[in-house]
Amino acid sequence: MSVFINICYLVAAVLFIYGIKGMTSPKTAVRGNKLSAIGMLIAVVAALVDNNVVSYLYIIIGLIVGAAIGAFLARRVQMTSMPEMVAALNGFGGGASLMVAAASYLEMQHLANASIAKGVPFDHPPLQWSIALILSILIGAVTLTGSFIAVGKLMGKLGDTSQVKMFKAIVKVCFALLIAGSIYFCYGDTMHADTLLIIMIVICLLLGVALVMPIGGADMPVVIALLNSYSGLAGSATGFVLGNNGLIITGSLVGASGIILTTIMCKAMNRSLTNVLFGGSMAAQAGVSKDENDAFYAGKVKMASSEEVAMMLDSASKVVFVPGYGLAVAQAQHATRELASMLQKKGIEVKYAIHPVAGRMPGHMNVLLAEAEVPYEQLVEMDVINPEFAQTDVAIVLGANDVTNPAASKDPNSPIFGMPILEVYNALDRYGQAYLSPL
Amino acid sequence: MEMLILTFTIFVLAIFVGVEIINKVPPTLHTPLMSGTNAISGIVVVGAIISSGAGEHTSGLSTFLGVLGIVLATINIFGGFLVTDRMLQMFKKKKG
Repeated sequence: MSVFINICYLVAAVLFIYGIKGMTSPKTAVRGNKLSAIGMLIAVVAALVDNNVVSYLYIIIGLIVGAAIGAFLARRVQMTSMPEMVAALNGFGGGASLMVAAASYLEMQHLANASIAKGVPFDHPPLQWSIALILSILIGAVTLTGSFIAVGKLMGKLGDTSQVKMFKAIVKVCFALLIAGSIYFCYGDTMHADTLLIIMIVICLLLGVALVMPIGGADMPVVIALLNSYSGLAGSATGFVLGNNGLIITGSLVGASGIILTTIMCKAMNRSLTNVLFGGSMAAQAGVSKDENDAFYAGKVKMASSEEVAMMLDSASKVVFVPGYGLAVAQAQHATRELASMLQKKGIEVKYAIHPVAGRMPGHMNVLLAEAEVPYEQLVEMDVINPEFAQTDVAIVLGANDVTNPAASKDPNSPIFGMPILEVYNALDRYGQAYLSPL
Repeated sequence: MEMLILTFTIFVLAIFVGVEIINKVPPTLHTPLMSGTNAISGIVVVGAIISSGAGEHTSGLSTFLGVLGIVLATINIFGGFLVTDRMLQMFKKKKG
């Protein structure tokens, strides 16, 4: 029976891999997502028929409650709030790992007490079990509280803090206490360490808060990607605790995905991961050198009325839209798409230049434009579109000032210097976002 | 100890598989990828089910924690898969 169950977990893991593979193209992605869902169903059924499982009532209640909340969230969430949704889901994943780790500790303790009561000698749990348990608790708890701090920051309920130093001190103290606690847990009386474990859980929860609090709101996309990775690694650690290969494989897949996205985001913002994690808020470090920017554009910017822009567009043969988060805030995706289809009807080539950090999380702008029914073929990545700007007649920048700011490539004093940008300044005419609003 | 090496091998190899396939996912789909992996990380529900339903060696508290784990993981599974599907449908229905 246990062979059959383990094969089910393997099948589930393979389906997850195929599911992610489907994500490599928008055409196969829907099917890929369904394959993953089937994999999950197989894994859940396998767990339910496990010999160890004898009482089903609470399990069914738990599944129904979770499914209802999950389905409700998925239907109700706005596409602009997707970062909050993903961050919250990361937190739930971490929380689940934490719960499972704590429950397995209690079970192991129960087993130990039962065998002692029977007079059977009980083997001390192996060291790797203790280490995996602590890692599972640590990563799970940090992901849980860190994610909800991130949600608060994304919603604007938690501002950037000025007490970066205090939080850094808390992080150091937490780490020191955790190392001491872990050593004591592993080499001390592992089976009678309830109080120690509870204290450690509290410290880990506090650590999650202290790690994310000092990070500026603008860096939250990186934090979400990183927490995404953590939620996977927490699952892997839980797999080590339970000796379940299905959990280990799946957790490491998610962990890898999060790490890759984190790296991509850091590169797109030209910042190192350590700088994001420990550098404090970017806004606190420097103001944008406005003078330099003004100097660059001095004498090159013309004011235009909407009629003039319309004429300009009328005679253009290639137009590139550069959408930024400002577009999403103003809910201008639909207006933009309408303008784009009007242009296309006139035979004008329309493209959208998507900077890797456009929107509020990796790939967010693509989702927002897809919601406005922009065909994904027109969404072009930064490296591909940049050489095309020189042949572009009109580039319309919509609330995306930072990612088109030439200071990033020309002014070493600018705080965003070195950040890759969309080279809009190569286009023949430039107009700011102010001119689209009347359209 | 041999068991640990074996599981650790699986862990490391799976990370390599993950890096290989995820590097091929285009930036267009990074948001659905994140919510999709969120759903997949709900696999921890397996552990939660085993923890909460194992009759003879559970206490009230461990069952409670297990059920709480089930609820959290199921939110991930349903929330993740459904919201990913919602996004991907928007990408799908376009004709270029």
